[in-house]
Amino acid sequence: MVPIHAYLMLAMILFGIGAFGVLVSRNVIVMFMSVELMLNAANLVLIAFSRALGVVDGHVFVFLVLAVAAAEAAVGLAMIITIYRNRETINIDRYNLLKW
Amino acid sequence: MEFQLPDFDLRVMMPEIFLFLWALVVITFDLSTKRRSGAAVAYLAMFGLVITGILLAVAGTGAGFGAMFFNDAASIFFKVIFLGAAFMAIGSSFGLLRQKIQHHRGEFFGLILLSTVGMMFLASSNELLSLYIGLELTTIPLFVCAAFFKDNRLSVEAGIKYLIIGAFSSALLLYGLSLLYGLSGTTDLLQMRINIATTHLNFREIGMLPMISVIMLVAGLGFKLALPPFHQWAPDVYEGSPTPIAAFLSVGSKAAGLIAFAKIMINGLQVFYDQVMAPSDWGILVAVIASAAMIWGNVAAIRQANIKRMLAYSSIAQAGYIMIGMVALNELGMAAVSFYMFTYLFANMGAFAVVAIFEDTTGSTQISSYNGLAKTSPFHAASMSVFLLSLAGIPPLAGFFAKYYVFASAIKMAGAADDKSWLYWLVGVGLLTSVFALYYYANIIKTMYFTTDESPYRLSVASPGSAMVLIGLIGVLLFGLYPTPILEFAAGIPEALGVVVP
Repeated sequence: MVPIHAYLMLAMILFGIGAFGVLVSRNVIVMFMSVELMLNAANLVLIAFSRALGVVDGHVFVFLVLAVAAAEAAVGLAMIITIYRNRETINIDRYNLLKW
Repeated sequence: MEFQLPDFDLRVMMPEIFLFLWALVVITFDLSTKRRSGAAVAYLAMFGLVITGILLAVAGTGAGFGAMFFNDAASIFFKVIFLGAAFMAIGSSFGLLRQKIQHHRGEFFGLILLSTVGMMFLASSNELLSLYIGLELTTIPLFVCAAFFKDNRLSVEAGIKYLIIGAFSSALLLYGLSLLYGLSGTTDLLQMRINIATTHLNFREIGMLPMISVIMLVAGLGFKLALPPFHQWAPDVYEGSPTPIAAFLSVGSKAAGLIAFAKIMINGLQVFYDQVMAPSDWGILVAVIASAAMIWGNVAAIRQANIKRMLAYSSIAQAGYIMIGMVALNELGMAAVSFYMFTYLFANMGAFAVVAIFEDTTGSTQISSYNGLAKTSPFHAASMSVFLLSLAGIPPLAGFFAKYYVFASAIKMAGAADDKSWLYWLVGVGLLTSVFALYYYANIIKTMYFTTDESPYRLSVASPGSAMVLIGLIGVLLFGLYPTPILEFAAGIPEALGVVVP
């Protein structure tokens, strides 16, 4: 069996890539994808611990997190389309009417 | 395998279920009627909130769903704040119905109600999973509400910024929660306390992970509460989004962040500080954030020319004052925090209600356009002054007592333990920055009163928005002169949140 440290390490790397993507990328869609990666890193932690502890709480948690992520993606993509119609760009640096 | 369903006691969840269904009713009502008057939809939504408040009193305290859902003093107190914030936010959006929201009115009010349901679930949950779902249900409808003027560039920009920040902070929070789950072996906050205290669970042996988890949680909740260094979104989002939504964000969403913070960081993790981290380490981390909030919020607010941005910075500073009570980690502190939030509801919602009426009438949110308002609209100018003075903490208004109790709790704790003397510094920062706060609040009062010009605008007194101003005024004056009943109720909150006094 793969030790739990390996899963935690992988999750941390995934989370790091996601956080780095959000902070560095200037494309709203890529930023949004990076957030999904961070959520999945958390899901991996939940599943790994759930298996290690031998309880199902973590599995249930993951299903609901997936549902929430889907809802967030639905709202998020709709809003990205709206702002694209408004500004004709998805570069976050160009959204500068309100001082960042 | 025998599988037993937990005890579904729906009675305690009645208000939430009702409000959720009512949100759907509001949306379908708007779809199925002729769109002549949008006001009917708003009145319907407000009516639903009142009924929910009554149901809250009927449902009383208790536990349901296998103790995953709790109604105790803390959750009821905060639910009243959420309902009040939603009520006043909807009440001050009547002006928008005339011009800016011609379509999708049902969705606008329905989403506010759904967000309120999320906050109420959050206040009742005693478990990580439902807490997370509640938090998401709170924020996702507000993304849409912030961007509701979809042809307005500022509103859409505010929405997208809130979306990115909101999703990012939820991800941080979830990562912290997932580590917390693994380290304590449970999602139940009460069980978590016991597990951390009694077992030799890997909480102590796994090196950096508990620390990472706490940092992620503080960061995620810090975004929700708009505490520095996670505050930059707040001024932009408040400026761009519809004014009632900005008001709802500054009170409802902040109170939701606050109760989540109290539940996770105090109810779940207090034992952890005592046993693993020194409590003062955790305290100093949060104290630094709180001082940064008070200093940066108050100093940046001085420079603002837009009143919504100014109120945003002021609400960042107010969150800093609230955090003082949280850091004190004693009984008085939690009660003071709750009372603070209650007075903040009236003062801040009232101030935003005046801003909303002014914006609907004049189309401006610049502070300079309030010039000479006292001559043409004495009621609104006087109410605005009262709200701002309450936010600044001038006696005998409600805000004074709120600040007083928060500072008193910190001083009491600082005197009680030797290693807590840094709390005096925190109180010192709080008192000093209150002076800055008074400067920019007084500046608006000066603009309205002490000028020879007469404002070209006249605000209507007979409107639902002005009724909301009146409610705020009554709240600020009444609970300033007679805060006893609220304080007595708030005194039960620390016990409900399981604050342990060392």
